[in-house]
Amino acid sequence: MAKHAEDSADTRPAFLTKTAELAVAGLFFLVGAIVIFDSVRLGAGWADDGPQPGYFPFYLGVIICISSVINALRSLPLSGPRNRAFVERGQLRLVLAVLVPSGVFVGLVGWLGIYVSAILYIALFMRWLGKYDWWKLTAVAFGVSISFYLIFEIWFKVPLPKGPLEALLGLD
Amino acid sequence: MDEIQSLMHGFGVALTPTNLMLMFTGVILGVIIGVLPGLGGANGVAILLPLTFSMAQSPGGQTSAIILLSCIYWGALFGGAITSILFNIPGEPWSVATTFDGHPLAQQGRAGAALTAAFTSSFVGAFIAVIVVTFLSPIVASFALEFGPPEFFAVYLLTFCAFIGMSKEPPFKTLAAMMTGFALAAVGTDPVTGTLRMTFGSVHLLNGFDFLIAVIGLFGIGEILLTLEEGLAFKGASARIKLGVVLETWKELPRYWLTSLRSSVVGCFMGIVPGGATPASFMSYGVARRFSKNGDKFGTGQVEGVVAPETAAHAAGTSALLPMLTLGVPGSPTAAVLLGGLLIWGLQPGPLLFVEQKDFVWGLIASMYLGNIAGLIVVLTCVPLFAAILRIPFSVIAPVIVVICAIGAYTVHNSIFDVWMMVAFGVLGYLFKKLHYPLAPMVLAIVLGDRAEGSFRQAMLMSQGDMSIFFANGLVGGITTLALALLLWPLASWIWRSVRG
Repeated sequence: MAKHAEDSADTRPAFLTKTAELAVAGLFFLVGAIVIFDSVRLGAGWADDGPQPGYFPFYLGVIICISSVINALRSLPLSGPRNRAFVERGQLRLVLAVLVPSGVFVGLVGWLGIYVSAILYIALFMRWLGKYDWWKLTAVAFGVSISFYLIFEIWFKVPLPKGPLEALLGLD
Repeated sequence: MDEIQSLMHGFGVALTPTNLMLMFTGVILGVIIGVLPGLGGANGVAILLPLTFSMAQSPGGQTSAIILLSCIYWGALFGGAITSILFNIPGEPWSVATTFDGHPLAQQGRAGAALTAAFTSSFVGAFIAVIVVTFLSPIVASFALEFGPPEFFAVYLLTFCAFIGMSKEPPFKTLAAMMTGFALAAVGTDPVTGTLRMTFGSVHLLNGFDFLIAVIGLFGIGEILLTLEEGLAFKGASARIKLGVVLETWKELPRYWLTSLRSSVVGCFMGIVPGGATPASFMSYGVARRFSKNGDKFGTGQVEGVVAPETAAHAAGTSALLPMLTLGVPGSPTAAVLLGGLLIWGLQPGPLLFVEQKDFVWGLIASMYLGNIAGLIVVLTCVPLFAAILRIPFSVIAPVIVVICAIGAYTVHNSIFDVWMMVAFGVLGYLFKKLHYPLAPMVLAIVLGDRAEGSFRQAMLMSQGDMSIFFANGLVGGITTLALALLLWPLASWIWRSVRG
């Protein structure tokens, strides 16, 4: 019974499709409104020397707003079985399990450089979601990071962000 | 037969040891990219584009750079079929139709035959498309030399209306995504007057949104998030291609010459008119099912059902380069990234390319012949290797792909802000994909936004704001009318359906 309860908790919708449709349509409307606002500020009309800078974007903004209203209206009749789960709880958990660490990883890059951050990120990700042995994840994380170093810095001479460790090792 | 002569000259340019090595490197990288979830033609090329910056500065380097990148594209086109057939996971959207008959064949133990058929028909489709590119593009280019701003704007209009008219997604979602792409392109310095638009005082937005970042985020991170929903494990059929199976399948394939030919025509057409490889593959599968003697058995594992979509997808993917080179209007997201590459290397895509950069253009066209031969050799011999990549667990491959995407986004402008933008675009890509907002027109709008706006404003200046300039003569009027017809196509078919009940 306990197993069954757990399954249904995982497949329960986190968001319904209608909610997601309305939220994204709202986002589009907001973008359209910002575009219109800034275009009007710059002048969306016709000057002596031709169309003003806001002329083209103004109409883009108008079309975005109209389309988003229509998209929102079209999603309103969704109800009952047609209003399916946009994402199930279990799925959302997996998606966040990648998204959140990725955000942390990007945050670390500015501070530790890309190589150290990549080692930490890959190793912790493998440990957390894959339950790998320490020696396996150490090998993969260091292997990947070192091969990126060789490919980018040595072969193609493309510098990547570095942090305190590289400075200490004199690789900067 | 100027074309033959130019082509022979092109082979001279392309056939250097360095370029041949780059071809094989590109194809192998491309197949790996095509096989991996989250990496595909468009974002794979986008990630590797910064690697060519220094390469393109040496003499003749631009040709080597485009050979490397276009071969990655061919490799990705080949690679999509591997995952579709063995794992029932389309590695690329254009190989979805390949799963219909390809995976049943693999389950019946005929994976080798399915793969051989897929690779061979990909090759045939690409080859026919390259021949079309060889002979048609000089004609289109010389024709387009006469184009002024109104004509160019009409072509852009046609491109974007084609997306609305031919897309399977709801038209207003296509419109919203596309116009947002244009709006993102408008952010930053106005190309005509130099005024800052929609930057809201942010230094990071001075140069606007780079489409490479958008491509890496939308297609790369977005795709990984989507793949994750399916769970962490892949289950697939095993893969080995024995020489005997290859020869046997090759003996069978000539039977489907009519299907191949039909699919190539569909593919070339859809690639040149910006429809893209994905609709081409579906359309050609549908056509093949209707015309085939075994049409009712489609979906149960028919070799013909693999031949049709693969031929069309590869033909479309290849011919998408024709409008990119001749008009500067890419027919697919990957062609758009290649166009971005050309611009970064300092080449101006469009009709003048055929006059001013003969070495580059014909070297590229020649390399399309050679690259596809290289591709066929690589995929036929290395399938087990590529299939093994898919057996790496997702908990290992996912973080590595995220790191690769982050490196790709960083190297475009050496900016960590761009990496954050990539993550944001990734979340958007996930939402858009799930809600059926198409990504391709959005990416194309970001790439072409400035140019479309520029030609529109120049045309408006020429006519003093009179829209009738877009109908001023037969040529521009014809293109504009065709564009409007495509734009109104969904409306017309909706009315037709309502009238018929």
